[in-house]
Amino acid sequence: MKVLVPVKRVVDYNVKVRVKSDNSGVDIANVKMSMNPFCEIAVEEAVRLKEKGVVTEIIAVSAGITQCQETLRNAMAIGADRAILIETDVDLQPLAVAKLLKAVVDKEQPRLVILGKQAIDDDANQTGQMLAALLGWGQATFASKVEVAGDVATVTREMDGGLETISLKLPAIITTDLRLNEPRYATLPNIMKAKKKELAIVKPADLGVDVAPRLTTLRVDEPPKRQGGVKVADVAALIDKLKNEAKVI
Amino acid sequence: MANLVIAEHDHGSLKAATLNVISAATAIGGDVHVLVAGHNASAAASAAAQVAGVSKVILADGAAHGNLLSENAAAQVVANAASYTHILAAATAYGKSVAPRVAALLDKAQISDIIKVIDADTFVRPIYAGNAYATVKSNDSVKVLTVRGTAFAPAATSGGTGTVESVDCVADSGVSSFVSAEVTKSERPELTAAKIIVSGGRGLGSGDKYREVLTPLADKLGAALGASRAAVDAGYVPNDYQVGQTGKIVAPDLYIAIGMSGAIQHLAGMKDSKVIVAINKDPDAPIFGVADYGLVADLFEAVPELVAKI
Ligand SMILES: Cc1cc2nc3c(=O)[nH]c(=O)nc-3n(C[C@H](O)[C@H](O)[C@H](O)COP(=O)(O)OP(=O)(O)OC[C@H]3O[C@@H](n4cnc5c(N)ncnc54)[C@H](O)[C@@H]3O)c2cc1C
Ligand SMILES: Cc1cc2nc3c(=O)[nH]c(=O)nc-3n(C[C@H](O)[C@H](O)[C@H](O)COP(=O)(O)OP(=O)(O)OC[C@H]3O[C@@H](n4cnc5c(N)ncnc54)[C@H](O)[C@@H]3O)c2cc1C
Repeated sequence: MKVLVPVKRVVDYNVKVRVKSDNSGVDIANVKMSMNPFCEIAVEEAVRLKEKGVVTEIIAVSAGITQCQETLRNAMAIGADRAILIETDVDLQPLAVAKLLKAVVDKEQPRLVILGKQAIDDDANQTGQMLAALLGWGQATFASKVEVAGDVATVTREMDGGLETISLKLPAIITTDLRLNEPRYATLPNIMKAKKKELAIVKPADLGVDVAPRLTTLRVDEPPKRQGGVKVADVAALIDKLKNEAKVI
Repeated sequence: MANLVIAEHDHGSLKAATLNVISAATAIGGDVHVLVAGHNASAAASAAAQVAGVSKVILADGAAHGNLLSENAAAQVVANAASYTHILAAATAYGKSVAPRVAALLDKAQISDIIKVIDADTFVRPIYAGNAYATVKSNDSVKVLTVRGTAFAPAATSGGTGTVESVDCVADSGVSSFVSAEVTKSERPELTAAKIIVSGGRGLGSGDKYREVLTPLADKLGAALGASRAAVDAGYVPNDYQVGQTGKIVAPDLYIAIGMSGAIQHLAGMKDSKVIVAINKDPDAPIFGVADYGLVADLFEAVPELVAKI
């Protein structure tokens, strides 16, 4: 069984981004870029399914600029077998990404697509669900446990009030949550091996997909700043402040 | 203009998050209709009809909605979406699962997690863990939106004079089915609706300590309990306690952060709280940067003292 894992290149989670002074966006020139952490979890899950003998081939795919090749190499160092870059300079929005991924799915015919639940830059939390809808497949978002047996995936999901387990008929879409697994580090030999793995490059036009943005970002602002930083001497002072100044207890 | 709000409910009653979405729809303007897709859900539909601002409730009642599966819910929305310019859901696990499916089926973009309505086409949403607010304009004829609850006051649960109209329930998709649920039991207020939250991090050291130290404080204040990702990952508390960029977004009157450092991802989920208190033994912990009242202390001494003196 083939599995497709879409991976996104994002600003590293440790970077605190700054809004550009002309309010046109955030400044990401010269900041560290990494694979979206939820996508790392997706790759790791695919590799574990391969180690269990459920999956035979893992294809990593990324949509974006040339530098996304680094992200794909990273996915192959974790264990993906080959990679596809859908190369474009256009600012891709989730619907466009979902359409591109659908075209790849139509061609590659995977039985499972594992995505991150959200990308930590745009925090949209849409792509997997959109892809599932376009394909008419079942979906399990926010997965914290995945079991695949025969033609069925049983997935436990992190919900607002606890956990829910559903079963999906394959082919299907899964999006990963934090507790699904702890991704392994890519070892040096595996990083070297990944350099030799196949990385195909296609353009959105080759896939017949219109990626024109539907949304326009008019401006980007700094959120209001909190006036924090006040310390109190002891517990008694804290209680006094909460009762008499903030009046919240 | 006409808004369709996708209700979140447990068949018998409406979830509080829906009230915030109704407010967002009211801010957009035009009619506000609510879709209840459920099974034996007439009670939830009547509750929705009484919410201030709602003029009509569409009830799709049938077995396909018994377990609130996203595939069936999205198909139901699309079946009844024809006359609407705006389709809204809460940015909750349920809303986030259903709305993007609806958007893709309609070939429309979705704007996630809106915190402000500028006009019928333009919305503000946080990006990069809330470190930037993007003002986004949609060029689509239909806008599919998810709404951040903390940014819109809940609509009143009474005063509405909506009518309830029944529509055919869609057929089951056949691609997914419900197996089981493990619901976290709690007598406490729901995290996203609580006035006071007592939240614990890795500094607590274990699940036993988390409960031993924080429960008495939460009891005394009538507070909900929350946690950092580190505390959830370490198994101190269940997943639904997590506050943050990738957990729950909260904005209570009082948020007490205990034994947590204040990582960007955590701050993203609680920095809109009215008053923030931090208790941490490290005077340089970033959490103090957003705290209205910071107490540098060992939590194992400070919290019991707080419980005793409050
Ligand atoms: C600097 C910068 C500026 C931008 N400016 C704008 C702008 O002005 N307007 C605008 O509308 N958009 C803009 N974008 C694009 C936007 O931020 C998102 O990239 C896009 O909307 C996708 O949302 P998401 O990644 O949050 O999707 P999510 O739905 O949160 O992603 C979930 C999962 O989908 C998969 N996925 C998502 N994207 C890709 C991808 N490219 N390749 C492979 N898999 C993927 C991954 O598995 C990911 O974990 C900008 C992006 C950047 C980096
Ligand atoms: C993709 C991604 C998503 C994430 N999403 C989230 C999210 O949604 N929510 C979230 O919270 N995190 C999230 N994180 C994790 C985040 O980066 C931090 O790792 C996490 O918040 C740290 O939790 P903590 O503050 O409890 O632990 P630590 O950072 O370890 O802090 C523990 C604190 O306790 C203090 N302490 C220790 N002992 C005592 C004592 N006896 N008395 C007083 N103080 C004491 C220490 O001084 C320290 O400041 C995410 C990370 C990633 C990569």
